[in-house]
Amino acid sequence: MERCYINGMGCISVQNTFEGNFLEHPIVYSDTNIIYAVKPNYKAFIPPAAIRRMSSGVKNSIVASALAIEQAQVNELDGIITGTGMGCIQDSEKFLEKMIDFNEEYLTPTSFIQSTHNTVSGQIALKLKCNAYNFTYVNTGGSFPSALLDGLMQIKNEGKNNILIGGIDEIADYTFKLYQTIGHIKKDNEESYHILESRSEGCVGGEGSTFFVLSNEKQDQTYAEVLDAHLVNKLKKEQLEGFINNFLQRNNMNISDVDAVVLGNNGDVNFDTYYDEAERLFKSNSDLLYYKHLFGEFMTAPSIAVWIASNVLKEGKAPSVLYKNNEKGSDSIKTVLIYNQYRGKDHSLTLLKNV
Amino acid sequence: MKEKVAITGMGIVSAIGMNAEENFLSLKDNKHGISKIAHIETTLKDKILVGEIKKSNQELESLLNLPSKNNFSRSSMLGAIAAKEAVQSAGISTDGNTSIGFINSTTVGGMDMIEKYYRDFLDQEELQHYIEVHDAGSNTDLIAEHLGIQGFVTTISTACSSAANAIMLGAKMIQSGRLDQVIVGGMDGLCKFTINGFNTLMILSDTYNQPFDDQRKGLNLGEGAAYLVLESEASYQKRNKKPLAYLKGYANANDAFHQTASSEQGDGAYLAMKSAFEVAGMKPEAIDYVNVHGTATPNNDLSEGRAMIKLFDQKVPDFSSTKPFTGHTLAAAASVEAVYSIFALRENLIFPSLNFQNKMEEFDLTPQQELKEKEISAVLSNSFGFGGNCSSLIFVK
Repeated sequence: MERCYINGMGCISVQNTFEGNFLEHPIVYSDTNIIYAVKPNYKAFIPPAAIRRMSSGVKNSIVASALAIEQAQVNELDGIITGTGMGCIQDSEKFLEKMIDFNEEYLTPTSFIQSTHNTVSGQIALKLKCNAYNFTYVNTGGSFPSALLDGLMQIKNEGKNNILIGGIDEIADYTFKLYQTIGHIKKDNEESYHILESRSEGCVGGEGSTFFVLSNEKQDQTYAEVLDAHLVNKLKKEQLEGFINNFLQRNNMNISDVDAVVLGNNGDVNFDTYYDEAERLFKSNSDLLYYKHLFGEFMTAPSIAVWIASNVLKEGKAPSVLYKNNEKGSDSIKTVLIYNQYRGKDHSLTLLKNV
Repeated sequence: MKEKVAITGMGIVSAIGMNAEENFLSLKDNKHGISKIAHIETTLKDKILVGEIKKSNQELESLLNLPSKNNFSRSSMLGAIAAKEAVQSAGISTDGNTSIGFINSTTVGGMDMIEKYYRDFLDQEELQHYIEVHDAGSNTDLIAEHLGIQGFVTTISTACSSAANAIMLGAKMIQSGRLDQVIVGGMDGLCKFTINGFNTLMILSDTYNQPFDDQRKGLNLGEGAAYLVLESEASYQKRNKKPLAYLKGYANANDAFHQTASSEQGDGAYLAMKSAFEVAGMKPEAIDYVNVHGTATPNNDLSEGRAMIKLFDQKVPDFSSTKPFTGHTLAAAASVEAVYSIFALRENLIFPSLNFQNKMEEFDLTPQQELKEKEISAVLSNSFGFGGNCSSLIFVK
């Protein structure tokens, strides 16, 4: 069986991640519960007419995927696999609102075409003239973990050389307002921005596009090796320990072999209890790392966790901003486990090691 | 060549039947399901024909015994009905089952409820439970919950090839040893968003769709859901279950030509078919019947036809499109047609391509127009979608 390496990555997020440095100057968002991605310089990647036409998620994805491909120095991809929770929701809203407000008149196809869930994977294929395998997963919190698992299987089991995977979600104003209305996102006036201490309902909503090139060959710039990935739709809190143990055992490891765990705490009192349980399991052996206080929550946020784990494994250590209370952690992190769930569902585990 | 993946169960709802048996009888008796829209309020009502399931949402709710306050979209109700039939026919129990996987696909998700209540959500609290099932995955979750599945669950959305890709992923999960049993397929209910979207693309026919006809005017949208239960050899042998058929080949390729249109020569379609034969370790001449994508849009049928001529080196086997029966059921199309392909293998029958009159002037291809009895041991099924997404599946006895 082949090994699977992360040879390149690109991340557009609410932090300055596209410049390639690893959270050297983190932006602290302290007065909003919906945070928007920092726009990269689109002009260097996309023709001006397309910049006007494309939604932010598509543009961010084109930039992030280009960065990943450039870093990995690949000429030919054997697959393009994306995950997106809400899909191209900005164009969906646009078409939907026009259809409703103008009673099905004056509609044009552009936003309908661009609202399709596989717009990004299709656009990247089009741009690269890539005829290879092209998939898009849309399974809420399991969207990106599904894309990662598919990519991993292609490299490990199917003899493929280079697979591009990505996680994409974008903010659309009305839809996010609806999510605020039902308490999935914290209300505008609610002070709870320090989400690692927050114990109120809902999360701080974010967005991002994060891409990786998975390869069967280790190179100088390789970040990390992906050992395994797994996801299930449903889990009781008391089943989490068994879920994690089984997964680690399958990879000939146990809890004490994990140097750092990346947890998805998002400040939602109803569901962070899963992470409390994970903290309990790992706190005596492993560094506990958090990221959604910097990146916000969205359905494909686990892609950010993989970006973080990859950087941590390349450098051997994590910046203090990823620890609770800015504490200092280990400087020889060799194995990282990522655990994520979305509103108590779509529990995913990803295991990575250094190279 | 990889291990064959067995199909041990199937379930389907479409405009021509609420279960597999009804669908089979309609196909055999030439009974199509295309009509005017009855259950959706749209200004396009009198301008287009669709393959609608002749049941209201309330009727679907009662078929599933759902509580009066539920947040099932039309798609997820159709999905739940078909998935239930699939697991029943496989003879497996899903309630509390942690070892069975579920790979669903959809393009519509919860859009039908969102479009209905969009402007009322903010001030009508009693509607707000529909907000959280807007996204596709939450609709899969409703079905998983309904069936009691606790395990590997995911959703694919690659436009009109979605269900083929769900079937393909299921096969790979079995062949890699990650699963022994998995429910795979797709669902899409009709909604205003989709109808209007396709209308702006000007590819909807105002009459009955005519695949591969020179005068074809476009597609009829349809709705439906269909699922297969895929199973490893070790698993079905252990429980002495006789497979319905096997999935032997599969592949996905990208046309990389245009966001919505297919390339002139059907490059992606050709590549998908060719790769599926490589995976199957079979030669094209082993195919007895092709269930074509055949949407009856000018663009699709031309590029699919050319790709077939190239692949089969001019000797295209018997083929038909079943979309004149069901309409184009989008994400569900490939699993609906997978069920029909299995009927073809089981019954040694080729179902007719309805409404065909004249050959296209670009090539010499005539679809099968009448029900034909013939020994069938291998079927190729094609599905192509937006984003250049092309998938082919090969089913064998």
